[in-house]
Amino acid sequence: MRFAEIKAHLSRFRVGIAGAGGLGSNCAVALARCGVGTLVIADFDSVEETNLNRQYYFNDQIGMLKTIALKENIYRINPEVFVIIHQKRLDSHNIPEIFSGCHVIVEAFDGSDMKEMIIETVQLKMRGIPLVAASGLAGWGKSETIKYRKIDDTLYICGDESSEVSEGLPTIAPRVGMVANMQANVTVEILMNLR
Amino acid sequence: MKILLNDREEEFFKEVLSVDEMLLLKKFSYKMSIIKINDVLISKDQYNSTFIHDGDKVQMLYLMSGG
Repeated sequence: MRFAEIKAHLSRFRVGIAGAGGLGSNCAVALARCGVGTLVIADFDSVEETNLNRQYYFNDQIGMLKTIALKENIYRINPEVFVIIHQKRLDSHNIPEIFSGCHVIVEAFDGSDMKEMIIETVQLKMRGIPLVAASGLAGWGKSETIKYRKIDDTLYICGDESSEVSEGLPTIAPRVGMVANMQANVTVEILMNLR
Repeated sequence: MKILLNDREEEFFKEVLSVDEMLLLKKFSYKMSIIKINDVLISKDQYNSTFIHDGDKVQMLYLMSGG
C-alpha cells in the first residue's frame, strides 16, 4: 500500500490523546505525520523547562499551555490534521464526554493512579473502544525489554511493565519516545484494520 | 484448577479462588493494577466477590508511573 492510500484511510478517523507530556506529545506528532484525521488532546499543564528532555516542545514555548503549544507544533508539521484541545484535568466523569466519537484512545499519563483510572473508565464506560496504554518506560538502555502486549481487542499495553520513574531513574527522550511511538504504531495498526 | 494467567497455564490446588485469594497466592503486591477475567475488567471493589474458575483466562497488568 502506498503512503497516499494509508494517509487517505487514516484521515477518516479520530484519536483521543489523554495527556500531552512525554508520551502524548510524541505520540500525537507521530499520528499527525501519518495523517490521522482528527486528534483530541487533553491536558491541564503548561510547558516547563524540565519537560524539554523528552516532550515535543521547544524552548520558546516554556510557560505556554501544553495543549496550545502542541496544537501549534502539529499544525507546523501537518496543517491538514484537525486538532481539538481541552484544557482540563481528566477524570472518570469527563473522559467519556471529551473522547466521545474517538476510534482509539491513547493513555499518555505520568502517574500510575491516573493510568489505572483511565483504563477502568474506558473499559467500563466506553465499552468496545480500544485503549492503547503505556507502563514501564523510565530510564535508558534495555531496549530489548520494551514490548507490546495485546490484552484483548480493547486493551493494548506498551512498555517494559517494570521500570517505574524515580529520582535515580528519570524519564528521558529515547525510551519515552520508543514507547510513545510504539503506542502510535499500535494505534495506526488498529485504524488500518477498521473499515 | 488450571487457568490461563497472562497467556501461561497456571495450576492452583483449589477449585475456586476469589481475585483477592489469587493475588495473595501469587504474591502480587503492586497497588496500581488491572485485572481482566475472560476479557471483562474487574473493579477493585469486586476483588473479594469475583471468583476465578477452571479454564478462565486471567490477565494482570501492573501500572508503572512515568510518561
